[in-house]
Amino acid sequence: MALSAYIAVSAVLFALGIVCIVTRRNIIYVLMGIEMILNAANINFVAFARFNGDGLDGQMMAIFVIILAAAEAAVALAIVLNVFHLFETVKPSEVDLMRD
Amino acid sequence: MEILQFDPATDFKLLLAAPLIPLLGYVIQICFGKFLPRKGDWLLTGGMFATMCITVYMLAKAIYAAYRGEPFQHHSGDEIGLAFHWLYSSEEAAGGTTNVVAAIFYDSLGAAMLAVVGVVSFFVHLFSTGYMKGDKRYHIFFANISLFTFAMLGLVLSDNILFLFIFWELMGLMSYLLIGHFSHDPGSGFHRWATWACKKAFMTTRIGDVCLLIGMLMFYREFHTFRFTELWEAAKNTVAANGGVFPAWMTVAGLFVFGGTVGKSAQFPLHVWLPDAMAGPTPVSAMIHAATMVAAGVFLLGRTYPLMSPDALTVITVVGATTAIFAATIGMTSWDLKAVLAYSTVSQLGFMVAAVGLGNVTAGMFHMVTHAFFKACLFLSAGSVIHGCHHEQDMRMMGGLRKKMPITFACTLACTLAISGMPLFSGFYSKDMILAAGFERVLGHFNGWSLYALLALSCAAMITAFYMFRLIWLTFFGEYRGSMERHMYTDMLVAHGRGGHLVYHDALGRLHAPKDEPLSADDGHHGHGGHDHGGHGHDAHGHAEKAAHGHDSGHHGHDSGHHGHDSGHHGHDAGHAGHGAMDSHAGSHGHHDHAVVPHESPINMTLGLIVLALLGVFGGHFWLAQGDPLVHHSKPWFVKLASWDRLYGPTVGEWASRQPVGEEARAHMEHVAHQSHSYALYVSLAVLTLGFLASWFLYVRRRDLPGKIARNLGLVYETVRNKYYVDEFIQRTFIAGSFALARILSWVDKYVVDGLVLAIGRLGKAIGGFSAWFDRTFVDGAVNGVGALSQAFGGVTRLIQTGRIQQYAAFAVAGGLLAAVWLIML
Repeated sequence: MALSAYIAVSAVLFALGIVCIVTRRNIIYVLMGIEMILNAANINFVAFARFNGDGLDGQMMAIFVIILAAAEAAVALAIVLNVFHLFETVKPSEVDLMRD
Repeated sequence: MEILQFDPATDFKLLLAAPLIPLLGYVIQICFGKFLPRKGDWLLTGGMFATMCITVYMLAKAIYAAYRGEPFQHHSGDEIGLAFHWLYSSEEAAGGTTNVVAAIFYDSLGAAMLAVVGVVSFFVHLFSTGYMKGDKRYHIFFANISLFTFAMLGLVLSDNILFLFIFWELMGLMSYLLIGHFSHDPGSGFHRWATWACKKAFMTTRIGDVCLLIGMLMFYREFHTFRFTELWEAAKNTVAANGGVFPAWMTVAGLFVFGGTVGKSAQFPLHVWLPDAMAGPTPVSAMIHAATMVAAGVFLLGRTYPLMSPDALTVITVVGATTAIFAATIGMTSWDLKAVLAYSTVSQLGFMVAAVGLGNVTAGMFHMVTHAFFKACLFLSAGSVIHGCHHEQDMRMMGGLRKKMPITFACTLACTLAISGMPLFSGFYSKDMILAAGFERVLGHFNGWSLYALLALSCAAMITAFYMFRLIWLTFFGEYRGSMERHMYTDMLVAHGRGGHLVYHDALGRLHAPKDEPLSADDGHHGHGGHDHGGHGHDAHGHAEKAAHGHDSGHHGHDSGHHGHDSGHHGHDAGHAGHGAMDSHAGSHGHHDHAVVPHESPINMTLGLIVLALLGVFGGHFWLAQGDPLVHHSKPWFVKLASWDRLYGPTVGEWASRQPVGEEARAHMEHVAHQSHSYALYVSLAVLTLGFLASWFLYVRRRDLPGKIARNLGLVYETVRNKYYVDEFIQRTFIAGSFALARILSWVDKYVVDGLVLAIGRLGKAIGGFSAWFDRTFVDGAVNGVGALSQAFGGVTRLIQTGRIQQYAAFAVAGGLLAAVWLIML
């Protein structure tokens, strides 16, 4: 399989993640969108490492990203819980106190 | 006689104590007088007794020195260093020009004056304990006369003219307060008159005081000293340097100093305050307005005589002589007991001033001393009479008092003889000397003014005898008229309509014509012998117009239950109701009950009369000479005491006496002096006899004549009776002029000065308005514009700051895409 196939999958996944982040009304979906983007990046890392690299740098980077994503998910969920506690909603469109 | 030697170490302390005792008394009295037993009168009277003893003791020393022919001029600063350094400038030596040192100056003249003040003050204090009994402000009265005494003693002891002036002003203040004593007592009926009179006295004398200040400073400017002794020396040296002629400025300065005398000693034309000063209590009149304060002006002349140029002396002579005759004629026409004495005082002060002007200081000072005794006695006698008659002052309501008040009568008679110039009485010696001085001038170096002065003084002496005996006849002889209808003497008067053309004219009228009734009104009431005149007499004379109208109707409120009506309208009505507060006869007094007869005054009042009368009789009498008193050169004590060399020291005295130089001229002058004394003796005896006989004829023998004479004289009598309209003249010219000037100035102030100020203000306001507009429009506009601009910019930029995460993410992605596109394209 050619490298472009991997990149295409990654690009689709990235696009889906962006769309998910921008359009979804629930903040949990936004988080899931972020996970998708991270995974798109992971695919890119592994793919480029498989076809161009001479070691396991890309794979190592992907594992770091997965761990980082886990930590990020934990922190983000805690923030979401707090946001819910404060605003009684998880809709990002309604949480706009930073505006003014 | 060691004890009569002047000992500077102790005697200056005694002299210092003399004024300080009354001052201390004043302080105690003003703070605690109200709470002391008898309101503290014993304290001050006792203190005054001590002061009197000191002053008399000191006079004895001065007389002893004169008797021994020793010089007697003592200065505490020079002798024992007792001096008060005032305005002391440390850079300059003690003799520097800005240094003022005050010390006690004690000489023969001061000794005599000091004793006069001490004696008169003590007896006036004593008299007041009786006369002022029951007064509401009894303690204040005592405090005030005490402080007055302090000021007078201080004035006499001052060694420089500046301190003399300070005490002079203090006396003016006390005079003001004491004349206005009844101002605070609306019940006395005097209060309006008193308020007005004290202001008048203060303002009138102020004119003289300002003159004195100017004159004093003129001398200071040239001579750089205030001290009398130095001033005399400087005057002598200046005149000598000027070739024996007084420089012109000295005449001017001397006349300014004399202006002080004119104000204080009530000389024409500033005499108007003294008769009105009678609004004060009688003891005050006796002390301040007869014996001491008014004599201070003459004392000042005595102290400053060497500074006076011949021209100034001519003016002094003329003013004095004019005052003497002028006031004497008014004295002839007064019915008020105190007014007669007041004009007599003015007249006698004129004698003293004229004597100084004629170049015989000794005679003037001598008359000042003798006059102080007999005039104080006369005033106190008048007080005793007024007290005895329940505060009746009109001589027409008196009469026959010699049996009821024998002591008062004896004292008054003695002093009348003294003031009229009866030989062997004190007034004779002093007045004789004044007339002799006049003759000496006329015979020695004749000029017209001296002749005028001599004639005026001789006439005044005659008139003095006339009005004083008139007072005696009216008050002490004949029947007691207090219980009679007043028609007896009213026909002496002509009806004259004194309309209300002057402020307080009724107050003026009270003094000079207290009970004038228009004839028409009186004629209608001859038959009402029994009715109570207390009411009608007093409401009748307030305004002639009112009285005339009231009387035409034949009804003037004479029912006895109505006597207090109209109170508050004129002083007189309220007066007699209110006088009740001043004596112990309130009940009977208010009704003028006829059962009350005059009575002799108590001993504390008569004692002063007796002592002062004795002094008035013998005061000029003691002859002082070594060896046989009957030899030709013996002289009355005062003449020895206040000879030229004793007054001003040997050198200045010799110069000031202006005796001619050379044996022949001196002999001629001595001859002239001898001749003058003979002439003066004849003249004074002649005028005394004439005056006495005239008054006897008119007021004892032919009582109908005075009225006829008055009526026939008509306008002349009217003029004199209204005091030559001097008050009216002053009112119409100076006072009205001042008011007119004030109105003009007020107009200028209102329309010119205020207009200018307002215009400047308006201009400022206009500039301010423009400035505010500029500020608002441009400065504020710039500041606000910056704000508005940033606000608008912020409004635009805030549009993209929505606060929504997803939007931000979208923006970020879009930005990333754009960046990517840009990178790929290039």
